[in-house]
Amino acid sequence: MSHLIFLIILFPLIGVITNTFFTRRWSEAAIGIFSSAMVGASFVLSVAAFISLLGMEASARHIEQVLFDWIRVGSFHAPAALLVDTLSCVMILTVSAVSFLIHIYSIGYMHGDTGFRRYFIFLNLFVFFMLLLVLGSNFLVMFIGWEGVGLCSYLLIGFWYTDEVKATAGKKAFIVNRIGDFGFMLAIFLIWTTFGTIQFDEIIPRMASFPIGSSVITAICLLLFVGAIGKSAQFPLYVWLPDAMAGPTPVSALIHAATMVTAGVYMVARSHFLYSMAPAALEVVAIVGAGTAIFAATIGLVQNDIKKVLAYSTVSQLGYMFLACGVGAYGVAIFHLMTHAFFKALLFLGSGSVIHGMSGEQDIRQMGGLKTKMPKTYWTFLVATLAIAGIPGFSGFFSKDEILWKTFEGHHYVLWVVGVVAAFFTAFYMFRLLYLTFHGKFRGSKSQEQHVHESPSSMTVPLIILAVLAAIGGYVGLPAALGGSNHFEHFLHPVFAGGHAHLLLGGAHHGVEPVEYIVMLISVIVALLGIWLARSGYFRMASWPGKLSKGMIYTTVLNKYYVDQIYDVGISRPTVKFSEIMAEWFDLGVIDGLVNGVAAFFNWVAGWLRRLQTGFVQNYAILMGAGIILVLASLFYKMFF
Amino acid sequence: MLLTFSIFIPTLAGLIILFVPRKMEILQRSIALIGTAVAFALTVVVFIGFDGSTSNYQFEENWTWISSLGVNYHLAVDGISLFLVLLTTFLSMLCIISSWGSVKERIKEYHFFLLLLETGIVGVFCAMDFFLFYVFWELMLIPMYFLIGVWGGPRRIYAAVKFFLYTMTGSVLMLVGILYLYFQSIDPITGGHTFDILTITNQCNFPMGTQIWLFLAFGIAFAIKVPMFPFHTWLPDAHVEAPTAGSVILAGVLLKMGTYGFLRFCLPMFPGASLKFVPVISVLALIGILYGALVSMVQKDIKRLVAYSSVAHLGFVMLGMFAMNLQGMAGSLLQQINHGLSTGALFFLVGVIYDRRHTRLIEDYGGIAKVMPLYASLFMIVMLSSIGVPGLNGFVGEFLILLGTFKANMAYAVFGAAGVIFAAVYLLWAYQRIFFGKIVHSVNEKLRDCSPREAFILIALIIFIVLIGVYPEPFLSRMEPALQAVLNRVQDANAMVP
Repeated sequence: MSHLIFLIILFPLIGVITNTFFTRRWSEAAIGIFSSAMVGASFVLSVAAFISLLGMEASARHIEQVLFDWIRVGSFHAPAALLVDTLSCVMILTVSAVSFLIHIYSIGYMHGDTGFRRYFIFLNLFVFFMLLLVLGSNFLVMFIGWEGVGLCSYLLIGFWYTDEVKATAGKKAFIVNRIGDFGFMLAIFLIWTTFGTIQFDEIIPRMASFPIGSSVITAICLLLFVGAIGKSAQFPLYVWLPDAMAGPTPVSALIHAATMVTAGVYMVARSHFLYSMAPAALEVVAIVGAGTAIFAATIGLVQNDIKKVLAYSTVSQLGYMFLACGVGAYGVAIFHLMTHAFFKALLFLGSGSVIHGMSGEQDIRQMGGLKTKMPKTYWTFLVATLAIAGIPGFSGFFSKDEILWKTFEGHHYVLWVVGVVAAFFTAFYMFRLLYLTFHGKFRGSKSQEQHVHESPSSMTVPLIILAVLAAIGGYVGLPAALGGSNHFEHFLHPVFAGGHAHLLLGGAHHGVEPVEYIVMLISVIVALLGIWLARSGYFRMASWPGKLSKGMIYTTVLNKYYVDQIYDVGISRPTVKFSEIMAEWFDLGVIDGLVNGVAAFFNWVAGWLRRLQTGFVQNYAILMGAGIILVLASLFYKMFF
Repeated sequence: MLLTFSIFIPTLAGLIILFVPRKMEILQRSIALIGTAVAFALTVVVFIGFDGSTSNYQFEENWTWISSLGVNYHLAVDGISLFLVLLTTFLSMLCIISSWGSVKERIKEYHFFLLLLETGIVGVFCAMDFFLFYVFWELMLIPMYFLIGVWGGPRRIYAAVKFFLYTMTGSVLMLVGILYLYFQSIDPITGGHTFDILTITNQCNFPMGTQIWLFLAFGIAFAIKVPMFPFHTWLPDAHVEAPTAGSVILAGVLLKMGTYGFLRFCLPMFPGASLKFVPVISVLALIGILYGALVSMVQKDIKRLVAYSSVAHLGFVMLGMFAMNLQGMAGSLLQQINHGLSTGALFFLVGVIYDRRHTRLIEDYGGIAKVMPLYASLFMIVMLSSIGVPGLNGFVGEFLILLGTFKANMAYAVFGAAGVIFAAVYLLWAYQRIFFGKIVHSVNEKLRDCSPREAFILIALIIFIVLIGVYPEPFLSRMEPALQAVLNRVQDANAMVP
């Protein structure tokens, strides 16, 4: 297997190259199936990698492949190398599986679009970079994937580029991510100057000489986290993700929900050996995560665009994952990353199906009653909603509850309360969305009503498969408290044990504590409360939502706390203004003024000197005589003194 | 004799063109193309035959020229000049191809000057004798002056004179420096003075005070050429007025004569002063990076925008060079090549739409991705290379520069890395305004996409843009010994200072 890892990333790349140069005359179906097959091949190979890992001793599950020397200058060395261990294996399985389903779905969704081939080129390119990101065996290869997925995100958000708004959203995503990458890049520099290597497995043995809480490691972790904040849309750099919904809906599902935005979580988990040595940095990660979870959830409460609700939900759920990382439960973070990939991809694809059926409508106030018209979409959407709301038995329950439990167990009680309140909001906004979209009466226009239809099977089959995953995906990590043995955490254990195992994975080895059941019960009650409230407001149509919407708090939240406006007035405009002053006043005025001034001065001097050339021979003769006398005088001076 | 041929075959072709009847335009163009293609092929042979494991000068040619003055006709290349020579012959060839359709006036003279320019630049990079070096340095000024002044835009005279005066100011200072070095030198064989660069370099061991004066004399000349902030204002004017090929050569290789000068002369000859000037150069480079990016952002003219972006990119090159470590210097040299490829390509790209619409204002475009999809794709790749997206050449250079800078001085690296953010801002914004949205000017609805000739030029450049991004090893490994030799001289000087 160790010589075949590169095939996992090669197939999507073949897809990119083939579609770029050779499939111009192919039919839509051929292009779509071919591209999907390339990703499917990656999935099959990922499964093969998984099986070969299972065949190994638990502590030896580690396959590396060095492709070539990428950069080598003096003592700096960055090989192009790939690494499959249990952590990256979980990631490639999740990424390739979800990508494959979304590729299939896209064949139906993008049907008839003039950019059909371009779409699949970008989508395959994305899968290539995403797999490279998770397979890289050093920080620099990871960074290539990191930037590469950002690029694909930019290209796909602005996919319908003739719409200026969409193009702007793409640009915003790229630039905000660049701010995060700035931190990531500095972190790589600091890692290299500190450890002399950027290879994950070479750093770990060199950590021994650093004390826990060492300032340089804390600095590295915080810089890495700046990168994670950008890519995973955490406060205060989350602003690009809601705008990113301008892209085609399958793209939102794949890139902006299931895979790319979780890269920050993966990166923190991958760097666990650094974070576990930097408690202060972990504290920051946990606080930012929990803070973002509740902040984004409040915005999600009042959005009326189906995709915007899901976007803020994604930001909020990513916050949970960081909370898990922050309390040292990296395995749980990855667990939630995986279940979230299933149910959030499903939610987005479901919303895409709705938008498709509603001829492009995205405002949930114009929907309603779609349950009977789009039954497959409804039922699968319901499964995902139950999963994200944390209803016992569905995947999201296990992973989210595990996060809250680890937070509680780590004595982070304030963060736990924040997490629980956010869970309440989550249940509320998701059921509000469900009721407004699928229940009640149809509120759209007559022509929309006539056109509403269930989506083709190329779209509904992926929905059904994802619904199955969203329902049962959590059982791989069934905790001991519920009679399971948590295979998931045990599988990941060798990776995270490499750092400082004593700091994490408490629950898996302790006995079951009674308080764990109480914590679990509280999560369930809170979720049910949220659902009940949503039911009263949006199914029974009680009058309180209407009254609330007149308040100032509502307006503030509806306008997303005016963060975008603050950035615009506080950063964007002053920068442009300053640049204009520099360009016009300083560059053209001061510097060029000086240059032209010097030129004018010489012109002026030359004008005076020209008068010496009078044209009268006598004048020249006098000057010549004076010159000769001067030269002779200087000669005499040299001879005698 | 390979280097001599590479240098003078273009001029030979230029002279032949002068004797071709004015009406036979295709013949004139063909001769120019053959001349540049042969020169390029010869430098490729040099590249293949080059021994990358040593810092020694190779393909050396040394003839006595003016024995009474100690002037020799001495040429050679090492890992530093090799790539600059290749870049020059490559871009010159593409320039001839690009002019095929776009230049229609005084074709004879145009090609003659373009070919003469190539001789001057390749000569500068190969000359191992100061006298010869200065001759080539000045030689290249003349054709450039005429290319801007005759085939340029409406303000071409102002731009040409400005370019000429700026550069001449520097050249005069450098000439004083060269003469000083000459009178301090001793030819080991004749006992007289010598212009030989290797001999002078080895004999250079001046007290700090003298070193500082010499560093300034050479440094200002090179800083104007680079151009470093605040000597950069000739560049936007020269670029805007120059014809496409002029801009390509100007940005692609002429600017590199400045950075090359620092690397070849200032660092090894005045190592002590170079170390003293690290803070000055680094801060000016950082100002250039940030200032260039910000000013670039608000430009309305695409060529001015690219010109200011060059100021920012060359800031990176200088920053890396004065990190005074192998990573920074290798990044710096690689970035010189990268900038030549990417910015060269950007100017070719601007030329493509300028030929169609005769305007360079961003606001005159908008939405043209719809009518020029191939052009939009090629522009996108080149833009991403200029932004420094991994997988393309710009990233490797920028990364190594910042890595080396970080090792030397963290604060500089933090500001430098911030410049990377701005690069994305100005290019993406410009790209959006040119290509995205709806077509607002109806004239743009009928724009032709790239012709095969135009596409050929751009794809040729993009092949190298991708190659260096994915597999920079063949480039970096050949540079390393030569850079290490320069670095050793600097470090020896550092060791001597108590």
